[in-house]
Amino acid sequence: MHKTERLYPLLKYMVLLACWLMLFPSISAAAKSKEKQSPGRTMAQQATKSKKLWRTTDHSKHEILQKDFTSGDELTQACISCHSEAEKQFHKTIHWTWLADPSDKKRQYGKAGNSLNNFCISTNKNDDKGCLSCHPGWGNSRQSKVNCLVCHSQKNMNFDEAVIDIKGFLEEGDAESREIAREIQAELRDAAQNIGLPARQNCGSCHFYGGGGDGVKHGDLDTSLVKPSKTLDVHMGEDGQNFNCTRCHTTTLHNISGRVYTRPAATERKSLVEDDLADKITCESCHTAQPHNGNGGKKMNAHTDKVACQSCHIPDFARVNPTKMSWDWAQSGKLKDGKKFKTKDEFGKHDYLTIKGQMKWAKNVKPEYFWYNGVIKSVTAADKIDPAGTAKVSWPVGDREEPNSRIYPFKVHRGNQPYDKLNQTLLMPLLSGKQGYWNHLDWDRALTLGQKSMGLPYSGEFDFVETTYVFPITHMVAPKDKSLSCTECHTKTDSRLANLKGFYMPGRDGNRVLNFAGWGAVLASLVGVLIHALGRFLSRGNGKKGKEE
Amino acid sequence: MTSNGKMKNIYLYARFERLWHWLQTVLIVILLLTGFEVHGTFSLFGFGSAVEVHDFVGLTWLIAFAFFAFWIITTGEWRQYIPTTRKMISVVRYYMYGIFRGEPHPVPKRKEAKHNPLQRIVYLILAAILLPVQMVTGFLYWGYNSWADWGLPWMSLEVVALIHLAGAFAILSFVVVHVYMITTGHTIFAHTRAMITGWEEVADEESVGDWEYKTKAA
Repeated sequence: MHKTERLYPLLKYMVLLACWLMLFPSISAAAKSKEKQSPGRTMAQQATKSKKLWRTTDHSKHEILQKDFTSGDELTQACISCHSEAEKQFHKTIHWTWLADPSDKKRQYGKAGNSLNNFCISTNKNDDKGCLSCHPGWGNSRQSKVNCLVCHSQKNMNFDEAVIDIKGFLEEGDAESREIAREIQAELRDAAQNIGLPARQNCGSCHFYGGGGDGVKHGDLDTSLVKPSKTLDVHMGEDGQNFNCTRCHTTTLHNISGRVYTRPAATERKSLVEDDLADKITCESCHTAQPHNGNGGKKMNAHTDKVACQSCHIPDFARVNPTKMSWDWAQSGKLKDGKKFKTKDEFGKHDYLTIKGQMKWAKNVKPEYFWYNGVIKSVTAADKIDPAGTAKVSWPVGDREEPNSRIYPFKVHRGNQPYDKLNQTLLMPLLSGKQGYWNHLDWDRALTLGQKSMGLPYSGEFDFVETTYVFPITHMVAPKDKSLSCTECHTKTDSRLANLKGFYMPGRDGNRVLNFAGWGAVLASLVGVLIHALGRFLSRGNGKKGKEE
Repeated sequence: MTSNGKMKNIYLYARFERLWHWLQTVLIVILLLTGFEVHGTFSLFGFGSAVEVHDFVGLTWLIAFAFFAFWIITTGEWRQYIPTTRKMISVVRYYMYGIFRGEPHPVPKRKEAKHNPLQRIVYLILAAILLPVQMVTGFLYWGYNSWADWGLPWMSLEVVALIHLAGAFAILSFVVVHVYMITTGHTIFAHTRAMITGWEEVADEESVGDWEYKTKAA
């Protein structure tokens, strides 16, 4: 028969087609087998190839560091005797001035200026002495010399306490006290002779404790990063690359790159391939903007113009230690049996303190996502706020149409803090010390003193306003197998990017009318043919089949 | 029309045509499944795989369509798609009424006239409008990141995506009706068999309907 003869060639083609379609998985498989390493990783490894840094000096051999130091200033003097320009350089950096732009006298952005947050609100121009424990001078005074050891000593000790103790014991004068003083001096000398680039512990001694405690502020910076595992941070992990902060936060004249405040950390997304002297502060610096490989890699690389690396590669923050997510000052002041009290939550963190109010801590937090060009804007104590709804204390700047903007992950800290009802400004209460709120629990008094210390007006009428404060999430980059899958964002339900509007995202967006009409048409077709089939079935007796059979 | 009530076998679909038909079947099924997954209707392969497969199969179709276009032009088979209103009413009447009465099809298939007037218009819309629109919007969708390089930064992904989606709904509706219509031959599987072997049993008629000759002449 012709028919069967014809069948074989057709089969041949069907086999051919099957082979072609089977080619697809084999292409992907081939790509995956070659996937020893993604190009972005290869580039990054080359950028950080020489892992051992070398030094040309051994500080333990320097004569000036052999003595028993009696004060911090004396120690700093010893450092400056060789590093003649170091202190002058450092005095010009934000680490010392605590002002983002000292030339901007009007706004005075910075801790030492009019900036505030929704944690402890303000340093009250450093009237709040507690804040100064993180100022890199000796003791809680801004007039002291720079404490070089806090950043450069590889020994972990409380230097301020050490010099106070030395002074105290020497003053006591008896043999035993002098012996103790000598022991502390030996320890301090040891610390002064053991000098290097800042290690994680050095930077972390302040930055891991922002807000006055471990992990309070950032969410991606806490003491878990002193000795992190690779799972917590692929770059810093001790079982991985073991990067120090300075691997990425490169430095010129003691100015450390990476600060995001009024200006972006990097104005250009350049890789070291394009410019071998580029800052290493962005992911692209080392990994390039086309870091993924394989079939899926092409699609992922197509995301890098709009989505920051951090958005997919940091699935959640505070993965080891909890971080503070909210702080309600309005709840403060409650007494139990006439006394101040505290309660602890499941993490062992204080969730209520009479002096501070209600807090919420959380672990493994999903970031919130915003368009971000590297600039964070914030209100200062001098700026008016809108007390209706939630007032933004700080917020990311960016727009989808801007080429430098990316969708970027943030921790949003939600607060409820005092504001001036008449002046419509956020208020800066004085908190610590005898005159501070924490002692007397009198808001009006604390606010009056706080505003006075700032030289800012206070009408005497205050209330509480809900506020938000943002932190870009960039540390705690997870290993690649932990990075986000497509449907974390490309989904109709619970998309991580549900709040970002103004663009069409496959899987997330659609059109209700079109969906309704579309499925309506499909359903109508189905119902139509079913009715038709039923009609044929019921009228079978009249049909030609009946006649034929 | 003359009919002597007997059936005869005619060779209706060339090898390439059948291959093309079944290739399209496979491609359409895969594209519909992966496409609606990307749209978020269900999850089957996983979003990432669905995107990869959809892209690969879509581009495959685009290339294959070029071969089909070449074939249909060089063989003159494009004439089978010229729309006509002649006998349209009787075909519509047949499917709405005659089929239930056991009446014969008013336009039996012939080698020179594979498609009845209804099929002509439907397949013309499908092959000349719907599929090209899907291919163009699909290709644009696929090349989204290159729009600026192509000089098309003014385009809206939403518009492209929604046209593509509307096309998908139209194709899915077509598939539903088409799969049903192929059961309306003189036996349930007569049409299916013809598309597999190329041979179809049709009513033994001496000639093609007069109207068909007139169309050709025109």
